Amino acid sequence: MTALQAKVLIPGGPASGRALVLDAPISFWGGVDPRSGSIADVRHPQHGVAIGNQVLFLPGTIGSSSASAVLMELVHNGNAPAAIILHEPDAILLLGLIVAREMGWPTPPALQLDRMRHAEFSGFEVVVSDEGGVSVRR
Amino acid sequence: MSLELSPNQRSVAAGRDGDGAAMAMRIVAEAGRLLAARYLIPIQSAHIDGALYHGDSGTLFAEKLVAGGARVSIRSTLNVGALDLTGCSRVLLEEPQRTMARRMMDAYRKLGCEPTWTCAPYQAGHRPQKGTDVAWGESNAVVFCNSVLGARTNRYGDFLDIACAISGLAPDVGLHRSENRHAKLVFDVSGLSRAFLQSEIAWPILGTLYGRETGSTVGVVLGIPQHPGEDRLKAFGAAAASSGAVGLFHIAGVTPEAPDLDAALGGQPPETTIHVTPDMVRDARAHLSTATKPDEVDAVAIGSPHLSAEEFKQLEHLIAGRKLRVPIHACTGRHTITGLQESGARKRLEECGVVIVADTCVVVTPILPNRAEGVLMTNSGKFAQYAPGNTGYGVLYGSLADCVESAVSGKPTVTGMAI
Repeated sequence: MTALQAKVLIPGGPASGRALVLDAPISFWGGVDPRSGSIADVRHPQHGVAIGNQVLFLPGTIGSSSASAVLMELVHNGNAPAAIILHEPDAILLLGLIVAREMGWPTPPALQLDRMRHAEFSGFEVVVSDEGGVSVRR
Repeated sequence: MSLELSPNQRSVAAGRDGDGAAMAMRIVAEAGRLLAARYLIPIQSAHIDGALYHGDSGTLFAEKLVAGGARVSIRSTLNVGALDLTGCSRVLLEEPQRTMARRMMDAYRKLGCEPTWTCAPYQAGHRPQKGTDVAWGESNAVVFCNSVLGARTNRYGDFLDIACAISGLAPDVGLHRSENRHAKLVFDVSGLSRAFLQSEIAWPILGTLYGRETGSTVGVVLGIPQHPGEDRLKAFGAAAASSGAVGLFHIAGVTPEAPDLDAALGGQPPETTIHVTPDMVRDARAHLSTATKPDEVDAVAIGSPHLSAEEFKQLEHLIAGRKLRVPIHACTGRHTITGLQESGARKRLEECGVVIVADTCVVVTPILPNRAEGVLMTNSGKFAQYAPGNTGYGVLYGSLADCVESAVSGKPTVTGMAI
């Protein structure tokens, strides 16, 4: 598979990690533990899985407007994803990265990529380039 | 086409009015860029959800704004914090988190926000006029503000809400724009019985279903025979905004931008019509509970969104002076506490075993005893959604009357419903 070009929503430099493709949308507040970064929503099919240092593919986000606070806390405590790939820009979630950057903390990049293309990365080591290229590490 | 900042906005972002104002302006501008806004527009008020402690990062952010000399430039109320500053209930948050949570609440007050500490600011005197632009956070407050008051706000996340309040500006996108406020979907409940639609339990269940079916699409509910009252609209909106990304709903003949179906749809035919069936309602109700056939109930929690004075009257009426075996945690804002004290209701309720929780609630901070496998009963669609992840309790969903009966007996009481 060649690299797919995603749109850079929030720059954060090159990143890599194992692809974690979520099967269902998630609410970060209430759905992700802000300390450990594991999925806390018992109704989510990937309940218990840790999102920290993974390349996180999100089919969508739902729920609370405190998602940004949870994401910023994960950035601050080292349990944020290595990169976040969204189907569409989610200003509430991504604000966590914008504010973390204002605080002077290194932030993961966020990119936009059609959700139909997410599944093909599932389980692979994924590399995200500065310019938004998303590819499987060989 | 990218965001255009005025010369004035650019000079604020560059630090003319201090570091705090500059940071706030840059955050609003970055969010605007992300949302593909062309301009920032003036706003009349803000409701700030950012003062709830999720970890040290949020405290450090608020204190950086304070240190940078920032102040809110418009009326700004505060959503819940992590502590009950009224002393009504005991929050189990331990040090050092407790101090950090307190520092965070203090920092938001220093920025000039009103210490309302409620997720129902619209029942605490903060009611913007129909058609005005505001920046509100807290998903249930956002949906109520848009849908029931007819004021205009997007769903402002933590940090953007305070940044808008300081700058007095918000990106001109989404629900601030008239063309995005028309319904594209009809949620037709006319196939459900009138008795069901008039019951209290209908509203959180229909809200949950509505949120799941519509996501972020603006919809209009068709088939509500009469105005259900604000508390039920509050319950509907809160449930909808926790099961989907709902920011605005209309109810034909009830809410201010929907005098009738055609007006809600902006004169266009709907893209989708959902005919709600009794089976869909049963399924939505079943999904609200995660505890399957529990033998006992360990705690009851109500008040998400925060209880109104009227809801406390209903609670007292249902308890009817009986002693509770299991405490009912009744979450509210400090705006109701004075009235409860003056009428003697607070003392009477507490003597029965009600734990009044003010300024905060049981799913955002540790108040419930730490109990693995515990069962929490609630009549709130929002508590039902968030309690398992945030408290570790399994949830049993029921009406307020069922919640009270279960608290009195300690055994789950769940009445069937005619749909």
